[in-house]
Amino acid sequence: MYQIVNREDLTPEIHLFEIAAPEVAKKAQAGQFIIIRADEKGERIPLTIADWNTEKGTVTVVFMEVGKTTRKLATLKAGESVANFAGPLGLPTHIDKFGTVVCVAGGFAIATIVPIARAMKAAGNKVISIMGFRTKDLVFWEKQLRNVSDELIVTTDDGSYGLKGVVTIPLKDMLEGKEKIDRVIAIGPTVMMKFSSLTTKPFGVKTIVSLNPIMVDGTGMCGVCRVSVGDVTKFTCVDGPDFDGHQVNWDELMARQRIYLDEEKRSLELWQHSCGRR
Amino acid sequence: MADKLDLNRVSMPKQKPRARTKNFNEVALGYSDANALAEANRCIQCKKRSCVEGCPVGVDIPEFIAAVREGNMPEAVKILKSKNALPGICGRVCPQETQCEQVCALGKKGAPIAIGRLERYVADWELKHQPDSTPEIAPATGRRVAVVGSGPAGLTVAADLAKRGHKVTILEALHIAGGVLMYGIPEFRMPKDIVQVEVDYVKSLGVEVKLDSVIGKISTVDELLEEGYDAVFLGTGAGLPMFLNIPGENLNGIYSANEFLTRTNLMKAYLFPEYDTPIKIGRKIAVIGGGNVAMDAARCALRLGFSEVNIVYRRSREELPARREEVENAEEEGVVFKLLTNPVRFLGNEQGWVTSMECIEMELGEPDESGRRRPIPKKGSEFTIDFDIVVVALGTTPNPLVPTTTKELETTKKGTVVADEETGKTSKPGVWAGGDVVTGSATVISAMGAAKRAAASMDAYLREL
Repeated sequence: MYQIVNREDLTPEIHLFEIAAPEVAKKAQAGQFIIIRADEKGERIPLTIADWNTEKGTVTVVFMEVGKTTRKLATLKAGESVANFAGPLGLPTHIDKFGTVVCVAGGFAIATIVPIARAMKAAGNKVISIMGFRTKDLVFWEKQLRNVSDELIVTTDDGSYGLKGVVTIPLKDMLEGKEKIDRVIAIGPTVMMKFSSLTTKPFGVKTIVSLNPIMVDGTGMCGVCRVSVGDVTKFTCVDGPDFDGHQVNWDELMARQRIYLDEEKRSLELWQHSCGRR
Repeated sequence: MADKLDLNRVSMPKQKPRARTKNFNEVALGYSDANALAEANRCIQCKKRSCVEGCPVGVDIPEFIAAVREGNMPEAVKILKSKNALPGICGRVCPQETQCEQVCALGKKGAPIAIGRLERYVADWELKHQPDSTPEIAPATGRRVAVVGSGPAGLTVAADLAKRGHKVTILEALHIAGGVLMYGIPEFRMPKDIVQVEVDYVKSLGVEVKLDSVIGKISTVDELLEEGYDAVFLGTGAGLPMFLNIPGENLNGIYSANEFLTRTNLMKAYLFPEYDTPIKIGRKIAVIGGGNVAMDAARCALRLGFSEVNIVYRRSREELPARREEVENAEEEGVVFKLLTNPVRFLGNEQGWVTSMECIEMELGEPDESGRRRPIPKKGSEFTIDFDIVVVALGTTPNPLVPTTTKELETTKKGTVVADEETGKTSKPGVWAGGDVVTGSATVISAMGAAKRAAASMDAYLREL
C-alpha cells in the first residue's frame, strides 16, 4: 500500500496526489510515468509524474476525473492509500541544450510539463511556455510554470483569461516570428498534441509529444499501447511515452484510445448508481 | 498416443464440456482418494527409477507414490516438497507425457502411471489438511540474494536458497507474485488461489517478496549488487509479445495473447464490471497460433462468451506445438481449427475496428531447421473471413528491460540471456539466469529445473564468499 501524503484539488475535477514511494522518488525523471491501481479490484492506469521529492520520498501525480477509476481515486483522502504504485516507467524526456524551447500544455498536463520545463531551463535553454484551458476557473499552476519559464502565455478557449483561443494560435505566431524556435514539447489531450504537431510541421521544428494510450502492465508485456511512429510500431510504455509528433499516426492513436468507450461508460454508470453519485 | 495413455490408468474426473465453457472454474477436478489409491497401486516400484531421471527437478517419484499407497500422506507431501516447492502447480501444468511419464516402465505395455495426477492429488491433500510441512532450514549464512521475477523459476530458486540459509528477496514488477502462472495460464487450468498458496509457502521459508518493483527502472542489476546483494538471479521470463507485422495489425480489436490473457486472468476481466478492467467481447474471434497459449486464449474466449472461436494455424494438426491434452480440451469445448491457413492482412472499418482477415492457404514442404515441415503459401488461394476480435498468439521473447540496463550481460540475437546450461551462470559475475529468459518461451517445469541447478551453483558461490 502507498499512502497519499498530501492531496490538493487543483480544479473541481483535477486532483493532485503526493504519494509515499521513496524508491520511485529516487529514480524519477521528467517525462516518466507510473502505473497506479486504486484497490484490489482496480485496473492499472498510467499517470505521468508531475513532481518528486527524494528527501521526503514522495512522488506527485495529477489526474482528471474521467471514468470510474479516476473518480474512484478522487474519493481518496490524504492519509488513505492506493494498492499499487509502480515506476518510474518509460524513458525520460530527452533534455539537452537546444536553444529556445517552447513548452505547450493543455488541461491537466500542465502538471506534467512543469518538471520538463524546469529541466530544460536548468540545461540552459530559453523556455517559453504556453498553457491552455477551457475557461478561467480551470486555470491552475500558473505560478509554478511561470517560475520555470522565461516567458509564459496563458490561453482560454472562451477568452475569460489570457489570450482567447487555443494554444496553437500563439504557437503559430511564435513560429512565424523573428525568434528561432529550436524545439517544441507539446503535452495534453491527444487532439491538442495532434494540432500542435500539425502547426509546427510546416516550420520543420522538432516537436516532442507525450502520448497517453491505454496501458495494462506498463512494462512492455501486453502491447495495447502500440502506436505507429513513421513506419514502425512502437510500444508507448517502453519506447515512449515521448515521440516525434510529426511521425505519430494520430488517427490510429485516437481510435485505439476509444476501444473501451462502451465498457468504460457502463462501468462508470454502475459505480455511480451503486454509490449514489452524480 | 492418447488412447494408450488412458488404456488402463485411472482417469481423472473433469467438468463436462458444455458446462465448463460457461465458467472459469477448474476443468480437471482431481482424483478422489479411491482414484489415487487405485492409480498408486499400479506402480510396480521398479528398480530403474527412470521417472526420476525424466523429471527436470528430480522428484523421488516412486517414494511419494509408495507413501500415497500406504496412506501416509504427510510423508508423501514431504517427499514431494523436498525437491519441488510448487507441486500444486506442476501437478497441473507439467507436460508429464514428455517427461516422467514418457519413461515410465509401465508405458512399454500399457499406460504409464499418472504421475502428474498423483502429484496434484498430494498437493490438494496438503491444501485441505494443512499438515506441518515446514522443511528444515539451514543456519543463516548472512548472504543476501535478489531474485528478479516471481514466476516458476524465481520461486524455485528462492525456495532452494532460503532452505540453504540465505536471505532471499524476490523483486516482482506486477502487483502480485506468480508471473506467468498469474497473468498467463487461465484460472480453469491453474487456479490462482493455488498459485498464491505456493507463493505463501515460499514466503514461509523466509523469502521476502517486493511487488511493484520493475528492475531496470527502480533499480538496475548493477545497483542491486552495489546495494549489498551478494548474488542476483534473473528469472524475468519471456514477456514481450511477437506480432505478425502485417498490414492492419494495430486496428482496434486485435490483441496480443499476452494482453488478452493478462486482462482475463491477472486483471479478472471475466468478472467485469465487478473488477474494473474490461475486455472486448465480440461474436467471432480468431486466435492465431497453435501453442498452449493459443489454446488458453481460445478457451478463455469461449468462457467470456464468444460464440465462434477459431484457431488459425499455418501448419497442419501434426505440427501443433500445444500439448495434445490442451488441443483435445479445446476441441471438446467447441474450438474450430482452421489449419494450413496464414493471415496476410487485416481489414477494418471507418472507426478503426478490425472486421475481417485476409488469409492464404498453405501447404507443407520440406522440413525446416525446426524439423517441422515448412509451410508454403499456395499462390492465388487468398480468401477473407470476418472476425470482430483477433488474438495474436505467436510466442514471446524476453523483455529487454533488464538485459539492456545490465552492464556486461551477454545476450543472443533473439534477446535471450546467455547462461550456462548446467549452472545458470551468466557472463556477468554474481549473476545467474534461468527459465524463459534464457531459453525463450518453454515450460514451467523446465524453468524450475534450470532454477534448481542455478540454486545449487549460487549456493556454492555464496559459501565461498
